[in-house]
Amino acid sequence: MIDTLRLTAEEAMGLLERREVSAAELHTAYLDAIEARGAELHAYLRVVDECDGTSVPIALKDVISTKGVETTAGSRILGGYVPVFDSTVAARCKAAGLPLIGKTNTDEFAMGSSTENSAFGPSRNPWDPSRVPGGSGGGTAAAVSGGLAPWGLGSDTGGSIKQPSALCGNVGLRPTYGTVSRYGIVAFASSLDQVGPVAKTVRDVALLYSIVAGRDPADSTTVELPEPVEVPAAEDLRGVRIGIPSQVAGLGAIEPGVRSAFERALELAQELGAEVGECDLPLSFDYGMACYYLIAPAEASSNLARYDGVRYGPRAEGATYVETVECTRDEGFGDEPKRRIMLGTYALSAGYYDAYYGQAQKVRTLLVREHRDALAAYDMLATPTSPTVAFPVGDKAADPLAMYACDLLTIPSCLAGLPGLNVPCGLSEGLPVGLQLIGAQFGENALFRAGHALERALGFDPVPERLRT
Amino acid sequence: MTWEPVIGLEIHVQLKTRTKMFCRCPVGFGAGENTQTCPVCLGFPGALPVPNRTAIEWTLKLGLALGCEIAPRAVFARKNYFYPDLPKGYQISQYDLPSCIDGKVIVPLKDRDHAVGIVRAHLEEDAAKTVHVGGRTGRIGGADYSLVDYNRGGTPLVEIVTAPDIHSADEAKTFLQLLRQTIVELGISDAEMEKGTLRVDANVSVRPAGSDELRTRCEIKNMNSFTFIARGIEAEVARQIEVWESGGEVEQHTYDYDAATGALTPRRAKEEADDYRYFPEPDLVPLEPPAELVERLRAGLPELPAARIAALAAELDHERAVVLVTGGLDGLWREAVAAGAEPLAAANVVANAVVGAGVDPGAVPAAELAKLVAARERIPRSAFDEAISKLAEPGFSAEPYLAQEAVSDAAALEPVVAAVLAANAAQVEAYRNGKEGLLGFFVGQVMKETKGQADPRVVNELVRTKLAG
Amino acid sequence: MAISREQVLHVAKLARLDLREEEVARLTDELGAILDAVSRVAELDLSDVPPTSHPLDLVNAWAEDEPHTPLAVDDALANAPAREDDLFRVPPTV
Ligand SMILES: [Mg+2]
Ligand SMILES: [Zn+2]
Repeated sequence: MIDTLRLTAEEAMGLLERREVSAAELHTAYLDAIEARGAELHAYLRVVDECDGTSVPIALKDVISTKGVETTAGSRILGGYVPVFDSTVAARCKAAGLPLIGKTNTDEFAMGSSTENSAFGPSRNPWDPSRVPGGSGGGTAAAVSGGLAPWGLGSDTGGSIKQPSALCGNVGLRPTYGTVSRYGIVAFASSLDQVGPVAKTVRDVALLYSIVAGRDPADSTTVELPEPVEVPAAEDLRGVRIGIPSQVAGLGAIEPGVRSAFERALELAQELGAEVGECDLPLSFDYGMACYYLIAPAEASSNLARYDGVRYGPRAEGATYVETVECTRDEGFGDEPKRRIMLGTYALSAGYYDAYYGQAQKVRTLLVREHRDALAAYDMLATPTSPTVAFPVGDKAADPLAMYACDLLTIPSCLAGLPGLNVPCGLSEGLPVGLQLIGAQFGENALFRAGHALERALGFDPVPERLRT
Repeated sequence: MTWEPVIGLEIHVQLKTRTKMFCRCPVGFGAGENTQTCPVCLGFPGALPVPNRTAIEWTLKLGLALGCEIAPRAVFARKNYFYPDLPKGYQISQYDLPSCIDGKVIVPLKDRDHAVGIVRAHLEEDAAKTVHVGGRTGRIGGADYSLVDYNRGGTPLVEIVTAPDIHSADEAKTFLQLLRQTIVELGISDAEMEKGTLRVDANVSVRPAGSDELRTRCEIKNMNSFTFIARGIEAEVARQIEVWESGGEVEQHTYDYDAATGALTPRRAKEEADDYRYFPEPDLVPLEPPAELVERLRAGLPELPAARIAALAAELDHERAVVLVTGGLDGLWREAVAAGAEPLAAANVVANAVVGAGVDPGAVPAAELAKLVAARERIPRSAFDEAISKLAEPGFSAEPYLAQEAVSDAAALEPVVAAVLAANAAQVEAYRNGKEGLLGFFVGQVMKETKGQADPRVVNELVRTKLAG
Repeated sequence: MAISREQVLHVAKLARLDLREEEVARLTDELGAILDAVSRVAELDLSDVPPTSHPLDLVNAWAEDEPHTPLAVDDALANAPAREDDLFRVPPTV
């Protein structure tokens, strides 16, 4: 009997190597788990019943194009859309023998922090189904922590991998911009979107990252990794310098329980030999959100222009082309994409470009510099990943700005194109708290080493308490 | 008062690369509808552009030929607007940082050299083809529906924008003939207006001769031959002068030129016109052409038509120089002259007979041509014409034709001349009343009667004396 | 209010969104609030700061001019809402 709640991808590979289970049996075990808890968590939009692979099954966020398997990005406007091509990451997973177990739920076009913006209904947090799993990658996060998948891929624009991983008690990596191909990823904001792994352990995350990372000739913005991915084994943090942004201390938005779990993790890091000191990211904290909510919507407004009902997707037939496009888009897009399309169109429109989009691009330059300086003195930076633990479904749904604030701590390093790793660092009110480690450009291996050592020392149990047996 | 036309041209050149600008779909006419498409040029979700290296190099080559500066840094931007032939909802085009800027083309005119400034030459992607069905079929107005073929979508286009340095329809025509020949000789495009691989829009305004003011300009589109461009410009110039002189105001507008009627029909103003929300294409990175590449391209440039016209005009005359060079005939002419042909005669034979016979100038043996030029009045016209038409055939020799002699025996020709004059009493009457232009007519008739065997010089003499007598 | 109803309608036209009346009203408020929040980027004097459109300083990414096999025509049209023979069918453009 396979306990999918505890089994890591690495352990599963062991079982396969030792012929203790077949890939098909493994796949079936997860199908059974989905059968048991799937309805409650609504982690999947689509489940793949036949095992097409020789290795450990994988869940893919529904923004990742999969040939022959419907891909909707959580939007009505892509309802029934079946890609005729594989995204590069899906192809690399196939080449590695990983069978697809299903497509996971997401906020529409990955726009959101709770999956409540999914046109197909929210996912639920395995630790407390009355609460959100975070977003936009809440489906993948819920699947992994609910034992419905050993690991999965998400996409992160401003925190969509890191924040749900924090809220569900998973390890999640948002890689350095340009290390993982975006080809075939339904685009949200091209200069920010990154695909990355979610799993129960840092080693699993490193393993999956090694499978998908590396230059892709089909994505002009990718590069070759400067060094091969190392699956970490380190037990200590000797010689590792960790910088804590001084701004974190004064941040009222951070819940006390989150703050204390974060501080305990830092003490532990020091016990493991890390030098923990203070750094400064004033502009990131003051202007990061504003910068992000100009750049991301601007790019989104253009990336979402292709949904016109001409080549794919449902069409609201009008008398003329213009009528058809306007109705198709009004009926097909939900509130959040519409908000961002409007915001971005406005920010790019004649007379406003310089004040909004142009200015935001300059702020971005300063954020890049600010992070570069901080990382000159430290090997990595640390903050809580999310200011809060998982919140009840419906809590923020009515207030866009409150929802946007969920990514307060994850956004600045995304704008700087830097890698970020979420490592579970304890519980608050019985709900997971996440530690965000921000690395230098291409600094993934350093994050893996530190994350692994901390993970061992913290001994966090990734299985939701209510599901433990 | 006299008016001076002020004309600027916008030229789109379709490059004849093997593949499209941002995907590797083959480019080519006559392929089945939508058989040359892929996720990129269909704008499928997640597809990403990858620039065509050859298209970039050819753009630089053309820029250098137009005397442009090559920008050390060029950036692709997104031009956002909705149309079914634009699958992504934006066209990728260079905007504020084009590849080629500040060029100048010297157009040799009859009396002087005329400089036409090149504001920019930039690279972009072509739109797909939309066919409007029903209603007035083919016309947009009142069509029942439209059909889209994406084969052409994404073909590389270079857009060339001239300064308003052109002051007559003839200047415009000569400039375009020169530009076209330059493009053809660079081997980067067929530049055929009929096929749409060369498209020209003209911006036209007029001003009181002598002043340097710039009045409101109108754009003329849809002119698919150099002749129609000249006519379209003339018509628009006349219209504007008419408006100003009748105390009116020219209003900025776009007109379609109807070749059949010669009429200019105003276009309905595009909705929300000209807020294209340009911004840097985040799926692409900047172009910074290495100096050695630019130098290699510069060194590889052939001697350009403008220079060759200037040189040739000195040896012959301006008109013939223009005809020979823009027709790509000056090479053959030089060889023929080198082989001993009399320059003026050779120019006439090449520009008239050779072109008239539709013979490929590149395949003509110059030495044989020279012999025919020398003998053209001695041998029968029929033999000469036949020889010219066979010039390009493999192993062609002029000898058999040179052996033939035209009938120059006056005694033999007199009866024919008499018969012709008798049969055309009316024309004879007219000639005697001063319509001397009819001489050619009579000679032609005689040549016809003699099946081209008669010596035109002798016939001429006979006819003249007979008519005088 | 940072954005007027007229501006919202104009932007909706640019974005090809046929907003329903209640959406126009709601978006005017929501966009106003968001714009108030993001307008703070204007506080900074950045006249001498270059813009960043990419976190990666990469140039000259291009591919050789070698054809790949295109999609089969039925794959190209597989998701088309309306097809006529091998063409995408759309309502008239005027
Ligand atoms: Mg253009
Ligand atoms: Zn293509």
